[in-house]
Amino acid sequence: MLHTFVALVEDRPGVLTRVASLFRRLNINIVSLTVGHSERIGVSRMTIVCEASPTAGHRIAASLYKLENVLQVDDVGQLSHVARELALIKVAATPKTRSQVFELAEVFRARIVDLAPESLMIEITGVESKIEGLIQVLNEAGDRILEISRTGRMVMRRGQHTSRVLEAMRVPGVETVAEFKAEEDSAAPSDLLMADETGL
Amino acid sequence: MSTGKHAKTPTSSNAGTRLTGAEILWATLEGEGVSVVFGYPGGAILPAYDALRKFPIRHVLVRHEQGAAHAADGYARASGKVGVAIATSGPGATNLVTGIATAMLDSVPMVCITGQVSSKVLGTDAFQEVDITGITLPVTKHNYVVTRAEDVAPMIREAFLVARSGRPGPVLVDITKDAQQGSAEFDFAAAAPKPHRPHPMLKTESVSVLQAAELIRNAKKPVILAGHGIIQSNAYQQILTLAERMKIPVASTLLGLGAFPASHPLSLGMMGMHGEAWVNHAIQQSDLLIACGMRFDDRVTGTLATYAPNAKKIHIEVDPAEIDKNVKVDIALIGDLKEALEALLPHLPPKPARHESAWLREIEASKGEVAVRDIKNLPDSGHLYAAHVIHDLWRATDGKAIVVTDVGQHQMWEAQYYKHETPRTLITSGGLGTMGFALPAAIGAKIACPDKEVWVVAGDGGFQMTAAELSTAAQEELDLNIAVVNNGYLGMVRQWQEFFYEKNYESSPLRSPDFVKLAEAHGIRGTTVGKRPEVVPAIKTAREHKGPFVINFLVEKEDSVYPMIPAGKALHEMIRRPNHNPLVETAGDK
Ligand SMILES: Cc1ncc(C[n+]2csc(CCOP(=O)(O)OP(=O)(O)O)c2C)c(N)n1
Ligand SMILES: [Mg+2]
Repeated sequence: MLHTFVALVEDRPGVLTRVASLFRRLNINIVSLTVGHSERIGVSRMTIVCEASPTAGHRIAASLYKLENVLQVDDVGQLSHVARELALIKVAATPKTRSQVFELAEVFRARIVDLAPESLMIEITGVESKIEGLIQVLNEAGDRILEISRTGRMVMRRGQHTSRVLEAMRVPGVETVAEFKAEEDSAAPSDLLMADETGL
Repeated sequence: MSTGKHAKTPTSSNAGTRLTGAEILWATLEGEGVSVVFGYPGGAILPAYDALRKFPIRHVLVRHEQGAAHAADGYARASGKVGVAIATSGPGATNLVTGIATAMLDSVPMVCITGQVSSKVLGTDAFQEVDITGITLPVTKHNYVVTRAEDVAPMIREAFLVARSGRPGPVLVDITKDAQQGSAEFDFAAAAPKPHRPHPMLKTESVSVLQAAELIRNAKKPVILAGHGIIQSNAYQQILTLAERMKIPVASTLLGLGAFPASHPLSLGMMGMHGEAWVNHAIQQSDLLIACGMRFDDRVTGTLATYAPNAKKIHIEVDPAEIDKNVKVDIALIGDLKEALEALLPHLPPKPARHESAWLREIEASKGEVAVRDIKNLPDSGHLYAAHVIHDLWRATDGKAIVVTDVGQHQMWEAQYYKHETPRTLITSGGLGTMGFALPAAIGAKIACPDKEVWVVAGDGGFQMTAAELSTAAQEELDLNIAVVNNGYLGMVRQWQEFFYEKNYESSPLRSPDFVKLAEAHGIRGTTVGKRPEVVPAIKTAREHKGPFVINFLVEKEDSVYPMIPAGKALHEMIRRPNHNPLVETAGDK
């Protein structure tokens, strides 16, 4: 079964190794792992997806907490959440065959972010199944995929402010990043919900 | 620096004192209460060694860094304090690894300090550079690289905090040469770490406590499983109260021996692979296991499918990652054992004094048959058995010595025949099963407890793994008694070969040097014993002798540890001692 954990960790050299090494030690395969800045300075956020027995969640979370650099762990599998992945897909396409790819991209609400004489690059965001759907139709349409780069799953629990963020804001000395960049992708919340539910 | 030896009191406010990183290291150790370290010098740690003379800290020079780690470990297990080992970079650091892993598997608080090449050349494969924090990542609770003098004090202090907190364990601090040579302001108090984040999954809610109490009150056949955690958490009194008040028999893990007095009528002895039949019988028949500071290791459960099938399980444990790991439990109290027991006890009204327990009678009845098989009750047949040696040692020392064992058959015989009455009197490598542990760990234990009698019980195989530490014992003039249980074999390997590999004794027979001559070469006295009547006088001589003393016990060569539950079998599927037929020859017979 797939488990998804969100871990807030100290942003320091070697922390990723410690987390990855823990999974190796437990003999658990990491399916995807994304890391980036969180809303707190000096704190990185990881989303870890791994394949393990249904009962393994407790032990994984408990073991993650034993790492000194891990601040917070959420086993989000059971909780209502939004999951997203971003992929860049480079497809072989000449000026003649481009329009077919444009159409497919349109259906998936993907964007063309680069055009070259013999290829184009698609950017797509969504749940994994949506990305896999686009890859499948590209293959079925006979478009040759040259490269794929996927971020792996990122998740966030639903709700305006998680209790953790509120807590973080109240903790003296913890600076929150003041400016939130406006969402580049301005899909309406209802779209997102729909995308979640339909897998598109 | 003009300060002479013993001049500094780092705990007093000395903000503004400018010291080298090397001096800060020792001053911080002193502030943490360290009075002795075990180590071995080399290039990358030489600045630290150079500064040592200014501080009231004893340095014990071992003969191999593995010995330093085991000695720090033995020191910690005997004293309850954090043990400290120190080594140079590269090979010095890698030689520590076995000792660090040994401490990790047995949750022993330890801080290891390694020198490292200068930060300017880190990552260039400089001479004696090795990524020791990478290597030790999975066998430490945490580790640090220190590259600046100003980071030495805070990181060392944090290392001590991490080593001691929650479930204890080893921490390594790798300090670059330039961090030792550089200088910084030293302020011990200001370097105090933030309070340690308690594990967020600790859970000793009153509901669970009440549920646990109810299970205990209603149990007909309860058993307490006593583990190392009782010793770590100083919960002996609470366990004793729980057992006596509710009339619950107590089975111990190997590392739990000593946590509950062996002579107590409720003490069952050691459980598991080499536990006595009645102990495992009691566990298998039990309707409630109260597991206290133990982790259901495969050596104590046998196959999980049939483990204690009728028992509900309460697990009281400080490490949340241990809950439901091997055995699914009904109630978990996750937190410090002593605190959890203190929360539990008020909900347990004492059983009436006249309470007659059918359960205790059932267990008592199952002991009878075993005594007949017990080798120590056999008449002297002219053969010397390891069990006799341990039994006589127990009698001669009144059960009060600290015994430090190595790993193998002798270790199991020690656990079966030496009755430990008090905590921290058995020091043994349980989780990792590290041969070579005994002698260096005993050096640490003797230095921690100079007024206690300390015995090494080692096999002929394991003793040779770290026998060079005899030289350390001699140099430090330690009053250490060393019993080598010499069966001419890697005995435990031979036993497995006998039982499971059709007596194919491949690479288990072992020729050893004359251990008495070896001792003499180190200026250490010794004697060889091959007959039962010589055992007690030899032990007496060793005890009366000031300084290290080696007894080479030539014991039955092909004896086995019974009973034995083969790995992966159920607790009731044990191999019993065959009806006695005097075995072939002792190592002394030619
Ligand atoms: C470092 C190490 N290597 C190998 C083993 C595997 N092993 C376990 S017991 C044993 C035999 C020990 O022989 P000895 O020290 O003579 O003790 P005995 O069993 O004969 O009492 C061996 C090789 C081990 N535990 N540790
Ligand atoms: Mg042997």
